[in-house]
Amino acid sequence: MSALVRLGAAACVAVVQVLLVAGGGLLLLGVMRKTRSRCEGRVGPPVRQPLLDVVKLVSKQRIRPAAASPVFVAGPVVVAATAVLVTAVAPLVTSDPPLARSTDFFAVVLVLLLGSVSLALAALDTATPFGGMGASRATTIGALTEPALLAVVLALSVPARTSNLPALVREGIVDPRVVASPGRILALCAFLVVIVAETGRLPVDNPQTHLELTMIHEAMVLEYSGPDLALVTVGESARLALLLGIFVNLAVPWGVAPGRGAAELAVGSAVLVAKVAIAGIAIATFEVFTAKLRLFRLPEVLAGAFVLALLGVASTLVTR
Amino acid sequence: MSGPSFATALELGAGAVLVCAVLTMWRRSLAAIVRLLALQGVALAAVALVLGLHARDGVLVGVGAVVVVEKGVALPAVLLRVVARDTSSRETAPLVNVPASLVATGALTLLAFAVAGPVVALVPTVAGRLVPLGLATALIGIFAMAVRRRAVSQIVGLLLLDNGIALVAFLATGGFPLVVELGASLDVLLLVVVARVLGTRLHERFGVLDLDELRELHD
Repeated sequence: MSALVRLGAAACVAVVQVLLVAGGGLLLLGVMRKTRSRCEGRVGPPVRQPLLDVVKLVSKQRIRPAAASPVFVAGPVVVAATAVLVTAVAPLVTSDPPLARSTDFFAVVLVLLLGSVSLALAALDTATPFGGMGASRATTIGALTEPALLAVVLALSVPARTSNLPALVREGIVDPRVVASPGRILALCAFLVVIVAETGRLPVDNPQTHLELTMIHEAMVLEYSGPDLALVTVGESARLALLLGIFVNLAVPWGVAPGRGAAELAVGSAVLVAKVAIAGIAIATFEVFTAKLRLFRLPEVLAGAFVLALLGVASTLVTR
Repeated sequence: MSGPSFATALELGAGAVLVCAVLTMWRRSLAAIVRLLALQGVALAAVALVLGLHARDGVLVGVGAVVVVEKGVALPAVLLRVVARDTSSRETAPLVNVPASLVATGALTLLAFAVAGPVVALVPTVAGRLVPLGLATALIGIFAMAVRRRAVSQIVGLLLLDNGIALVAFLATGGFPLVVELGASLDVLLLVVVARVLGTRLHERFGVLDLDELRELHD
């Protein structure tokens, strides 16, 4: 019986986290757009606008290119499914998520990568020039961010002697000095650059542009419409919220619920929403002051992130 | 200052010195590079202050004060005036491009860790373990002097080397005597003033601060 209760609690945590990240991700997009508008002196769309857009898209007719293969159909589904899977088992609201013992940071990176690859393949599938351009650029950026991301994981997991994500978060709560250690700070700085690149924010990609010469992510999803586009939007915004959630829980681990009780989950959810909202507003404010980088300057930024993470790994050698 | 917080403060200070050195290889804008150098000077002074407070060594605290004035304020101010004079103040075409030099920076850091083993073994303290960071900063300084073309960024490379040596000295031996530190500081200050004069003359003659313009001899 107790096994059944535990299973129920675990399922409850997973549902709370998925709902929070899927719905909150769209609201996060709204908050970031609102912040940007306000900084530029405009009123901007309401915060719930992305949510309304998705509802509208779902009710629309699904149109697919005649030449589309199952790869095209699978693209949005895989993006959303990988984001949901990782969200369910990541230490977001609580540091004791379902399957906590097997939530490995390397596995998280790999599963999220699966989503990016499937979207790039789907963009190539219909053989439109924009899709190919977007996929080529996204893969280039992906190939540069992955080494940096893996170095980040290495820098975080060497001092903790585990790459288990919940254990990394718990370690910060138990011993605050871990959070202030140079290795962790360097790794998290690099992680932030990687998040910006992976989720297509400025200065890597401009999420608002529809100019064919500059767009990356938009070019890949140009062929999608209706429910498919809604799924892509939800998946991508969930990715942003998920990655930011993992980032803030590693950087500022306080407030993460230690267990799975209802009250703990409520407090944990509120704290998570507050932390991610602050991070989102900070990124949006930064975006106001930056222009998109030239594509050929991106390797400099991402090599910088890689070297920061590498220094994080090196510093764990001295501070042991 | 007690054990664990002393160690954390020292690690953060020494780490900041190295990170500033790496970031100077990342940025292209000369003004940003000079500001990073100022930040590094402050971090270096913080290391000296933390060590001085820990050992209750008044001289070391004094050296820290000298370092913050000289490397955190005076030298960057002189360099910023040179940069302000140059209209296109960017490191446009270094001999090694930025991604490659960043990777080289990472390799130099790992090299520093590899070769500093015997020194670390000599100084079995918290500070001793951080000596490779100073060595890495010095190596990055030499690398910057080798691959950068602008007069200002080469001077910054020299100052990185100087800061790296100073960091190693603080961490391994508890700092130079005050007289030596003052002498070295004056030396570096003189050097920067000479570089400033050279930069001004170079700018008047060629309109840019690119040292590669000085390949040929003229009457």
